[in-house]
Order: sequence, then C-alpha cells, then structure tokens
Amino acid sequence: MEDLTTLAGRAASEREPMPKKERMGIGRNGMLEQEPLVRAHNFAEVNLGYTEQLALMEADRCLQCPRPYCIEGCPVAVNIPNFIRLLSEGNVKGAADSLLSDNALPCVTGRVCPQESQCELVCLRGKTGAPVAIGHLERYVADWALNNRGAFSAIKPTPSGRSVAIVGSGPAGLTAAGELIKRGHQVTIFEAFHAPGGVLIYGIPEFRLPKDIVQKEVDRLVADGVVIEPSTIIGKTYTLPELKSHFDAVFVAVGAGLPVFMNVPGENLKGVYSANEYLTRVNLMGAYRAGSATPVLHGQRVAVVGGGNVAMDSVRTALRLGAQEAIIVYRRSLDELPARKEEVHHAQAEGVRFELLTAPTEVLGDEKGWVSGLRCLRMELGEPDASGRRRPVEIPGSDFTFPADMVVAAIGTKSNPLLTASAPGLAVNEWGYIATDENLATSMDGVFAGGDIVRGAATVILAMGDGKKAARSIDAYLRGGSTAASA
Amino acid sequence: MIDLVPTPAERDNVSLSQTASAPFGREIHHVVARAQLSPNVTRLIVEAPRIAAIRQPGQFVIVRRGPGAERIPLTIADADAVAGTISLVIQAIGASTSELCALALGEVITDIAGPLGNPTELLETGHAVCVGGGVGTAVVLPIAQALAARGVKVTSVIGGRAREWVICEQELAVCGQVVVCTDDGSYGRHGFVTDALRDLCEAGGVDGVYAVGPVPMMRACAELTRPYGIKTTVSLNSIMIDGTGMCGGCRVSVDGKTQYACVDGPEFDGHTVDFKLLADRLNTYREFEQASLAAWQAAHGEAL
Repeated sequence: MEDLTTLAGRAASEREPMPKKERMGIGRNGMLEQEPLVRAHNFAEVNLGYTEQLALMEADRCLQCPRPYCIEGCPVAVNIPNFIRLLSEGNVKGAADSLLSDNALPCVTGRVCPQESQCELVCLRGKTGAPVAIGHLERYVADWALNNRGAFSAIKPTPSGRSVAIVGSGPAGLTAAGELIKRGHQVTIFEAFHAPGGVLIYGIPEFRLPKDIVQKEVDRLVADGVVIEPSTIIGKTYTLPELKSHFDAVFVAVGAGLPVFMNVPGENLKGVYSANEYLTRVNLMGAYRAGSATPVLHGQRVAVVGGGNVAMDSVRTALRLGAQEAIIVYRRSLDELPARKEEVHHAQAEGVRFELLTAPTEVLGDEKGWVSGLRCLRMELGEPDASGRRRPVEIPGSDFTFPADMVVAAIGTKSNPLLTASAPGLAVNEWGYIATDENLATSMDGVFAGGDIVRGAATVILAMGDGKKAARSIDAYLRGGSTAASA
Repeated sequence: MIDLVPTPAERDNVSLSQTASAPFGREIHHVVARAQLSPNVTRLIVEAPRIAAIRQPGQFVIVRRGPGAERIPLTIADADAVAGTISLVIQAIGASTSELCALALGEVITDIAGPLGNPTELLETGHAVCVGGGVGTAVVLPIAQALAARGVKVTSVIGGRAREWVICEQELAVCGQVVVCTDDGSYGRHGFVTDALRDLCEAGGVDGVYAVGPVPMMRACAELTRPYGIKTTVSLNSIMIDGTGMCGGCRVSVDGKTQYACVDGPEFDGHTVDFKLLADRLNTYREFEQASLAAWQAAHGEAL
C-alpha cells in the first residue's frame, strides 16, 4: 500500500507528467472485487472498480504512444490515450468529456467489452508485460461521470428539423440515439419490451452490469431529448413502411432474436430453457428477487450448453440461484471458449464445473416430463474449420450421462423475421439478416440497420460501433438533401 | 358485434387520424368497463386504440399490469375500433391474473403490447363449428364473429362445469346457433362439448372446427374430428414472456417439429399437435401459481 501513496498519492489537481521510465516501473492494477465464494451467492456486482489512487496509478502506466494502436483496436475508436492523459493529469472531468464524446455508453463498455481482444490486445505495454487496464480506466471515468451528472451541461444542438425512428433500444439503438440527438435530430426509440436497454437489461446479469447503471445511461439520453416508446413492436404494432412514412429516416437495430436449441431429443422437457428465456426471467423480470411475480426454476444441478459470454452469464446465474452444481458443457477446449477471459476466470473461481470437449446428444427426462440428466459424447479437436478454430470431432463410444434437473441452451441465436416480414421491400440475406452496404444503408431508401440483425450474434461493442456508424450515415443522408418519403 | 374486423380503408383512417394528433405516441390503457363472467373469469374493456384498430381474430397481446408485474399473454376477445378499446377475458389462476381480474374502472394497465401472433385462417364458406371450453370460449368468440361476418354458417358449442361457468353465450348467439353443455347438467345439454361436437360431425356438413379450451378438451376434439377428416384448428396458450419469438418458452411440437406458439401460432392444426407435451409444459410453474394464488387470496380476503 506504500506504493499507492508514493506513486499516485499526489493531489489530483497538481499532477505532473511522469517520466517514461517511472511509468514502465508500475505493474498493472487489478480492480477490487467481491470474494469469489461470497459473490457466488449474491447478485451484487462482482467487480468493485478502482479507487482514485488505483485509477491514477494505472493511468500513469500509459506511455502516450505517438501512434496509439489502441484507438484502432476499438470498434468505436475511443481516443484512449487522450482520456487517460487527462485522467493522469488529475482532470477527471476532462477525461469524462473526452470519453463521452466518443462513446455513448462508457459505463457499459467499461464492464462488458472484451478488451483483451481489442484495445488491450494491441497496447504497447503488453509487448513486454501487461497492457494498460484500459477497460478498468474507462469504467472509472464513466462511473465518475454518471455520479457527477451536475458537472455536465445539457447538450443544446441546433435543431435540424429532421426526425429519426430507431427500432430497438439495445446497445446499437442507444448509441445511435446519442449520436443523432447530438446532431440536432429528433429521435424516437421503439422498444418491444416494457423497459429499454435490450440485451443490457434482459441479457447481461446484474452481477456483471447493474441495471441501475443501464437505467442511468438511458436517463442521460432521455434528458438530452430522446423519446422512448416501450411495448411497441415494429412488425406488429406498426410496420416498417408505416414508420418510414412518418419519420425522415429509420435505424433498425432489433438484435438477433430467436434462440437456437441443440436439436437433440428431450429438449422440450420441462427444465430446458433457452438462455434468452432464463436470463430474461431473472434479469428483466427480476425473478431472482424473493417475492417476484415472475417465476424461474431454481435448478440444483444445472448444465449450461455453450461457451460464450451468455453461457457464462447463465451458469453463474444458476449458481447464484442456489445450484449445488453448475456445469458448462462445451464441445471444444478451454482455449477456444469464446467468452471474455475475465468471465471464464470468474466462473472458475466461483466454482463452476467445466465439461470441455463434450457435446450433448440427448436431454433425459423423468415420467413427469422434467429434465433428469444429460447424455453426452466426448470430443477431440480435429482440423481447423471455416472460423479458423479446430473442429470438434466425436470420439466413438465415449457416451456418458450425468444427472441434471435443469439445462440451459446458450449456443446462439438466429434472425427474428418479425420485423422483416412486415417489410417486403427490405432485402435480407440467406440467413434472414438484413443486407446493408458499407454505410449500413439497407435496400429501402432512408432505412439503415446495424447490430446483431445485420451481423448475426456478436458483441455489445460491435453493435455500438454499428450504432455510431449508422448515425453518421443517417446524419449525412438527412443533410444531403436526399429526401425521405415524408419530406 | 358485426364488422369487428376493420376493412383496410377503416384501418387507414384510424391510423391517419391518430398520427395527426399524436404520431406513434404512448397510449394510456384505462379500464373502461368490467364484468364478472364466471366465478373466476373477468372481462375487462381496456383502452388500446392502435391495437383495437388493427387486430385480427386469433391475435393476442402481452399485458403487464404495472411495475414488477408478470408479462401475461391474453387473447384479444373483441375490439371496438371506433371506441379504441379491446376486450380481455381473464381467468384468475395465479396472483398475476387475480390482480388483473381485480382491476377497477378507471385503473390503468401499464403495458399492452401487440397485436401478436398470426390471424386465424378463416373458412371462406360453408359451416364452421366453434367449440369453447371455459375461458377458451372467449378466444373462440372473435373467430365466430369473423366467420359470421363473412357469411360462414357458425354453430357454437360451449361448455363449463356448471351454469355459472358458461361464458359469452349471448355474444355467440349473434353469430349463429349455440349449443351449451354443462358437466353437471345444470344448464343446456348434460355432458361434454365433445358429445355435442360428435353429433354435429355425425350429421355431416361440417367444413371446419375451431376448438379452444383446456388441453384435454382440445385434444378430445381433435381426436374426434380426425376420422371425419375435418380440419380442426386449436389455439395454444403456452407459457411465454415476450411474445415475439425471443424466449422460446412457448415452444410446442407440431407435426414432429418444434414451433413457437407466439410467432408460428398461436393457432395450429389440432391433428398435428403434441398435446401431452403442451400439457406437461403448461404445468412447469403449477406449484408457484398455486402458492402465489393462495398468498394473493389470503392478502385480499378472497376465496373461490
């Protein structure tokens, strides 16, 4: 702890740049977090963030590279060295201004971005040691901004007189809304659920992304003038052509939608959930709270099939709901797990069991239609497939079963045709995802699309990148004199 | 009761007049009328102008009473496009449905999302038998109305445990002949709706059957009509959260394939539905429902 006072203890307002050699001497600072065996039984956030001292010390680790690769590594091109420099100078307000001008939802990305495969992957400090903890710093600055709303004046752009409808209030929709309202356009977001946030609200659990933080990010947009219409399903309540005839432009960011099941016998037994359903019950509907109006099953031996972030979220949720055993069933090995590294480490520390190189072949049931176990095959890794990852191959005769009273399928999603079916003029690809050009323009004039409904199931930050790009295209479209249908 | 399905022109008019004042604006869903239809079934007439204007028979809404409440799928039993209201018929089976049934005039339902699901495939001509059991009678009502409106001959066969459990008889009488059956013989014909349906099938000239009610009733109707080769449409009330295909909770097996009741249905060919799976999945939360209902009744001093 002495290090803290010597290196970062200088009063924030009088901090001078630190010589490079001294910077190189500082090791990467982790965030404080709840003890694994405590947090495995509660829904409070796992990570507790940086103290001011830790944040300043970590900021000092940044070398302020003349050519900052980290910016190129960021899907929304946050000017990372700039906000870190401002922070290290003790100007956290300036750091927040810089960060917020690049990223509409920094509290979210600071928590859920896979930094290790983006900005931190290319950080120069990583060549000889650990990269700068960019995500932790982003979270620190973003949380400061959220808790010091009074320090920021409301934006007052010149009204453009143009209106944009955004379909979906997930990361892509919220990001686009933030960018478009800053440019003076009227923005209305239509959300199918009763609460905005999309996957940030229904999908990512409280212990990884507290809902009051998402709500505050949404509140910030609403304070800036964004209108949100919940419980409105485009494709049902209104069609896309109807929206297009009333708004100057439309951005479709409805997410991927339909859950994929394993396609094995027994998957309709009671106790088999899609991750979408399981997480929605727990997160959006609050079924983890005692006295919740919405029920959720509390499995004692829960098998989660899949290896992505959604699988980790599901298995850790099951643990928190009292599972004696929570098991990841994944057909490749630890190295191929697509989840963020931190989530895998957290899951391991909390006591999640990993059945790797394992593929389910049947969900077993009892006479009353409830799940009683899972039959699986062991796999080995063969030649690389189209994704570059080594293809799992069944080992003949390796059948085995284990008992389970709940199974969660977290193996991805496919496109939901609800909206596209209401818009025959909207071109989709062979998988039902909306076809766009490089500016995210669709085949319908004035209609743009982004996020998972264009790229298939991906990440929050890639969706946000699309939101930002689409906003730029829409702004150019609205100012370019090219007229939308209602002009 | 006539012309409940708005013509395309009517739909356009409603849409335009709405957007003139408040384009795509938020609606406040007041309860404007309510009636107790049977000991545990209540009808609420609720303001929902947009849904009232565009809904079609067979479609449903997802209702959320207020903050913290459950999301519940409910069939749109009737609608008045001019008044901007829809009719919801709710059976109190748990705390959430009891709470909805207890709503007073002027109270508000925070969220009504829809209209969801596919519209009913209606017979073009001929003779349709609409079979309703218990609260399912309210689901069959808009189908009977739409069939009658297009000139199809409608015979309704509706039933309940006893006289006080029979609902929607008068509304269905507008559409055609109504045969009422009660299990205890306290009203109408003594026996199950399937007995009356069998007589109609035997008599011949039935071109289609629409059957909505408890799972055993729908299964029995489908089995009964199968040898006659009469197309039998059933409406599946599986458990769902979003109603848009996103949760997969409502999955059912139809013709050996997994389908989502919310987006692929809710109506399916009864001769191809796996009713055992449907019944199994419907009781996933039975214990929770019973406990929540008991707690709700204890708190509200009600008992059925």
